Amino acid sequence: MPEVLGPVGGRQSGERTVRGVSASPDVVIIGAGMVGAACASYAARAGLTVTVVDRGPIVAGSTGAGEGNILVSDKEPGPELELALLSQRLWTELGEELDPASFELEPKGGLVVAETLDGLRSLYDLAIVQGARGVRTMAVDAESLPHYEPHLAPDLAGGVHYPQDLQVQPMLAAACLLRDARAHGAQVRTGVEVTGARRDSNGRLAALLTNVGPIPTESVVNATGTWGGEVSARLGAPVPVLPRRGFVLVTEPLPRLIRHKVYAAEYVANVASSEEGLETSAVVEGTDSGTVLIGASRERVGFDRTLSVPVLQRLAAQATRLFPMLASVSAIRAYRGFRPYCPDHLPVIGADPRVPGVYHACGHEGAGIGLSAATGHLIAAALAGKEPEIAVSAFSPLRFVEEAA
Amino acid sequence: MASSPVDVCVVGAGPAGLTAAVAAATAGRTVALVDAGARPGGQFWRHSPAGIEADRALHHDFVKYRQLETGLARFVQTGQIRLLTRHQVWTIERGARFTVRALKAGEYERTVDAAALVLAPGAYDRQVPLPGWELPGVYTAGGAQALLKEHGVLVGARVLVAGTGPFLLSVAAGLAQRGARVVGVYEANTGLGWLHHRSLRAVVRNFGKLSEGIHYAGTFARHRVWYHPRSTIVAAHGDTEVRAATVARLTRHGAVVPGSERRIEVDAIAVGWGFTPQLELPVALGTRTEVDADGSEIVLVGDWQQSSTPGVFVAGEATGVGGAALARVEGEIAGYAAAWYVNVDHESASFHPRSRRAERRLSWLRKRRLTLRAFAAAMHRAHPVPPSWLDQLQPDTLVCRCEEVSVERLRTAADDLGVTDARLAKLLTRTGMGWCQGRVCGYATACLVARFAGTGYDPRGLTERPLAVPVPLGVLAHGAAPAVPADESWRGE
Repeated sequence: MPEVLGPVGGRQSGERTVRGVSASPDVVIIGAGMVGAACASYAARAGLTVTVVDRGPIVAGSTGAGEGNILVSDKEPGPELELALLSQRLWTELGEELDPASFELEPKGGLVVAETLDGLRSLYDLAIVQGARGVRTMAVDAESLPHYEPHLAPDLAGGVHYPQDLQVQPMLAAACLLRDARAHGAQVRTGVEVTGARRDSNGRLAALLTNVGPIPTESVVNATGTWGGEVSARLGAPVPVLPRRGFVLVTEPLPRLIRHKVYAAEYVANVASSEEGLETSAVVEGTDSGTVLIGASRERVGFDRTLSVPVLQRLAAQATRLFPMLASVSAIRAYRGFRPYCPDHLPVIGADPRVPGVYHACGHEGAGIGLSAATGHLIAAALAGKEPEIAVSAFSPLRFVEEAA
Repeated sequence: MASSPVDVCVVGAGPAGLTAAVAAATAGRTVALVDAGARPGGQFWRHSPAGIEADRALHHDFVKYRQLETGLARFVQTGQIRLLTRHQVWTIERGARFTVRALKAGEYERTVDAAALVLAPGAYDRQVPLPGWELPGVYTAGGAQALLKEHGVLVGARVLVAGTGPFLLSVAAGLAQRGARVVGVYEANTGLGWLHHRSLRAVVRNFGKLSEGIHYAGTFARHRVWYHPRSTIVAAHGDTEVRAATVARLTRHGAVVPGSERRIEVDAIAVGWGFTPQLELPVALGTRTEVDADGSEIVLVGDWQQSSTPGVFVAGEATGVGGAALARVEGEIAGYAAAWYVNVDHESASFHPRSRRAERRLSWLRKRRLTLRAFAAAMHRAHPVPPSWLDQLQPDTLVCRCEEVSVERLRTAADDLGVTDARLAKLLTRTGMGWCQGRVCGYATACLVARFAGTGYDPRGLTERPLAVPVPLGVLAHGAAPAVPADESWRGE
């Protein structure tokens, strides 16, 4: 019989009292997705009393709709790359502590490929500046590509190998970190929706208001991903987070044919782009279970869940361009998710001085799984009043306020 | 490949879809009838290579099929119905009109543009796991019947039939007539379930349907097939294929009577626990659903078989499992309603039959539907899945055979990882993520999660399948599979 590690929120869901929540936790983390789980784990390990609340079950949002990327390869030098490098290190440590197999942590490495020599030149340029920031990169010429991926199309110009890129099964990773948090005393309550915040006479946060009653606390962390804009407004400290839809195709289970995370050079440009319309660039990778995942599209269509055939057609065309043998392979599933994006494509991490006691940890766009470890680490440091490990000013929630002023 | 637009596209050519297509064409509309099978008729009227005529003994309501087929043939000849067989619909896009996307034999894509839809996707056998059910030789009741009707193949020489519901009788009778030794029909419930006070009226009014049972009794007597009410299969045994089964008697509450277990030598087992409606297309189109009396998720439809999505009419098992007679009635109503929908102002109009004759027909159909639905409800009350299967599971019994997820893993996920619903179970254990996409294990997963997590039973969350069938990436990318067959040596053995 497995050990039950602290209360499991779902068992109490449906009750109308705030049972299972300690009288006044040091911090309430809103959101039981990947980022909330990482915040909970690091905060609980730091000795804080932690309660995680979520309006749905755990991992019900974008965590369950991604690919589980932990990438340094797709980040241009800047604050996000620093965050990604910290996260990469922390994920490796988490894997060692929690058993990498429990959430399918795999140091598979990334392979970015270019179709043309021009494309390859820009790839190399990026790799050089990334290298200067501590990213390990390896140029791969056309002849050597088959040694990395034997089934790649034969007419590609070359690529860059990024050995630090990792992959996890994101839902398991979040569930495992929530379990780790519970092992350190945290509580997880699902079916709890945040309705507002109560402040004391000094304007400081005094309690989190929910559909099941108020939870007295001095700190809350807004880790609600794509819904971070709405929740932050309810807390009285709005940040602009909006959805950017993406589709993923899943193939039938295959023998292990694709070893790395393979994507086309345009992916980096698309990640950084602010286009309204549809952008697709194939990201292809095999998983532990034999299926191959094919992403990644980006569209701003609100929370529209309708399957888009043109998007799937483009993803399939790009994936079969990279791996021609995939043409006879069937897609058996498709899913969509909503990336939480901010206007400048950087996440919002840290204390919000407008409502002392409110912290944000959201808006990671398509990189929330990867960046969650560093985000949780930074939030735990901020809650404990410690110095952050890297510069965080670029992630400040006030940057939007200043822009608007 | 696109074909010219039609008024109504009917998906599924079983009793509901066939009737709907003929009704819509009779009302003067152009129709496309799309079905995965090689011939119309669906799973109910399956064709063998020798032709359906040769097997009329195996088929119910053969006269009805002949009538429909004749109607269909007439409209196909005039071009008013376009019949697309061997076409599997993988998705339907919704704009001002609908674009139905179908795969022809997995080789290329064909689209049908239509103003209204009738979805009649049917149902498949509901399964629950039991120790040994992954052994070759363990079939679904419907699978065993399909092999017999379509290919004339007997699943075994000594066959045990088990589960619940009147369908088991038809399967057992078919097997016995074709020469299999049916070692017993193990029906988990008793006929007494039909005598429920809420069912009596419906049963009396549908006496004709109930008398089918008497017909089977004759067949069973001729072939010396024993019918065991309130008994069930609890395990299948064998090393590489099934060799034996353990059966047991059940208490009134559906628990195994201790000590009543008995081992029977068999070489095949056919098991069915009712049916699960095939909902991927309606669900993908956003239709509202609910949970029916038998625990299946079904599409909610109104008086005219209209779903909550405008222009989408649903008929047959997808609106509640109720058999072929009900499916035909619903199909006819849906066909007329879809035909009417095509040319009206959708905001304001309410349905008005065009003639007195049509009015009389529709009013009769609606009464008949009411009676047949009451009969279906009586059937669900009389044939629940008994809880015994939950007690018979071993920790290592597989719940999801595709991804090899055991009972123990589901339990651990609930105890340890916080799994509270079926969708979460899928995300954290991979149950329902394999080839079958939860079609086989969805019901069991929902039951087990409810038991392990102490939450309510809810099958929803596993029925969302945006790709209704697997689609080759080459077809998706270019509308057709590669002209030169790919080298598939990489697939290995």
